[in-house]
Amino acid sequence: MADSPPRPAPAPARLRLDGLHVAIDGRSLVRDLSLEAGAGRVTGLVGPNGSGKSTALRCVYRALAPTRGAVRLDDRDLLALPRRESARSVAALTQENGSELDFTAREIVALGRTPHLRGNQAPGARERELCRRAMADLDVLHLADRGVLTLSGGERQRVLAARALVQEPAVLVLDEPTNHLDIRHQIRLLSLLRRTGTTVLVVLHDLNLAAAACDRIGVLADGTLVAAGTPREVLTPELVRDVFGVDATVVPHPLTGDPQLLYSLEHPPEGRP
Amino acid sequence: MSSSPPSVGAPPDTAGTAAAGRGLLLPVLVLLAALLASIVLAIGLGSAVVPPADTTRYLWAALTGGTIPADELTRYQIIWQVRTPRVLLAATVGAGLSVVGVAVQALVRNALADPFVLGVSSGASVGAVAVTVFGVFSSFGIHALSAGAFAGALGAAALVYAASLSRAGLTPLRLVLTGVALAYGFQAVMSVLVYLVPDGEATHTVLFWTFGGFGAATWGSLPLVAAIVVLGTLALHRFARSLDAMALGDETAASLGVDLAAVRRALFVLTALMTGAMVAVSGAIGFVGLVMPHLVRILVGARHARVLVLAPLLGAVFVVWADLVARTLAAPRELPLGVVTALVGVPVFVTLMRRHGYLFGGR
Repeated sequence: MADSPPRPAPAPARLRLDGLHVAIDGRSLVRDLSLEAGAGRVTGLVGPNGSGKSTALRCVYRALAPTRGAVRLDDRDLLALPRRESARSVAALTQENGSELDFTAREIVALGRTPHLRGNQAPGARERELCRRAMADLDVLHLADRGVLTLSGGERQRVLAARALVQEPAVLVLDEPTNHLDIRHQIRLLSLLRRTGTTVLVVLHDLNLAAAACDRIGVLADGTLVAAGTPREVLTPELVRDVFGVDATVVPHPLTGDPQLLYSLEHPPEGRP
Repeated sequence: MSSSPPSVGAPPDTAGTAAAGRGLLLPVLVLLAALLASIVLAIGLGSAVVPPADTTRYLWAALTGGTIPADELTRYQIIWQVRTPRVLLAATVGAGLSVVGVAVQALVRNALADPFVLGVSSGASVGAVAVTVFGVFSSFGIHALSAGAFAGALGAAALVYAASLSRAGLTPLRLVLTGVALAYGFQAVMSVLVYLVPDGEATHTVLFWTFGGFGAATWGSLPLVAAIVVLGTLALHRFARSLDAMALGDETAASLGVDLAAVRRALFVLTALMTGAMVAVSGAIGFVGLVMPHLVRILVGARHARVLVLAPLLGAVFVVWADLVARTLAAPRELPLGVVTALVGVPVFVTLMRRHGYLFGGR
């Protein structure tokens, strides 16, 4: 940040899931998941549908209490904090893309300040500047006074992402943030995540985008962490076949060297649905 | 890829956000003035018309202990003992129903919800009919009916609460389903009572509680409901930002630090108390609690910090006028208030909704 805001944004924190276990109605959705997201790094979580990615994230932004296990921010036990306090450290972009009421985009973004403001205290000049900058970063400044229910799904997703940034979190958790976004805005959002300097834990479906955006990737299958490491270590043809049931050719990106997966529809994996 | 370096000289963005706070003062003042004028006018109007100047003089005399000439005593009595409590009750209940409507729509996350969706009003009817039929609460004297209705309302609310509570706390869909289902049950109980005890008075009681009205207003019935509505409204204001966050969905609200279970519990208790107190004195007046929240959102946007302030004021003005129409249009007979609120309100609402392209819950 080139200017000096009155209060500095909180330093990024190391996020650690420690033996996280979630069982609902006797079914284990997440099994003893231990995973670390380094301070200021982008950590990806990938895996097939129903592998427990979103459930794990929900424990981090406290929409769900785990059956056992802990979520630690540096060495603080996040789940023991009052909700408002943990929301000042952890912001989330969930898969909820709608709004029940027709707020303006600006009003939605300002809601990101909720955990920082007392009662009905109005946002001050610094908060408004924060909102303006987040909206500019996500290319929604021109939509500020539009009702969110008149926006497209992608525009709304960007407004909600701006809301999460405005929360000034030490950790940003995103559940498939590229949903609804066109390719330009997908790349724009992910490169923004890399630039924020915040600790990021992100669930992504597109493995190529994950390889480009993430410093480290954890792979979930059936609630269990089956691999973790740099994209190059993790995204191998063997793992992709084992976990996703897909045959892929992995090639290095000609410019960045990141592993990129190529799929063929003509040669489907043998013996698989 | 504009990384938009923060430009030092960028004009601070004052347009929309500052308007949020500033824009509230004017409508509040306008509505307060309108409410005051409506109250004075409505007190003066009726089968015997008293000019506003005289009305003000009588009210002043009553409040300051002044004297009234002997030949004006009857008019003074009508103004002070009959019309004033009635109009004030109309304002109170109009305000309360509107603000509770806002809260209940957020609580059950449903645009069609009104204060009675949680079964409170049908519980109140059962209580009132039980008083008429069995004579319970007779120790409360002339307030026995209201006491029975209030007890019935709170009992119904407690039942709905207990029946809809799940591991996840109060969830919107369960709440509204339980409320609607139990309301059918209460109506059935009420019908059985009326059917088994063929008593004209019981039927009359049922009719009153079904349509609602302020015909029974006295000074005695006013203070309790007014206190509950005012305190309840102030308490609901504290949840304004949480209600905004909840409109984005439970997950997002949780990520913003909103304790959903606690907020829903508080909302339920507050709205049940307020609705019960109102129904006990005025019956179930329909339409106001459903439509005023939408009307206010059309006019000033969705933010609860604004809606929760303006909805009670607009609702008070609306019901004062609706009650005036109800008691003067077909005088000396009184039209049921619910009929008037709907006949006046529906065209206004539809017109505004169409003109402003109002959206609720998506297109």
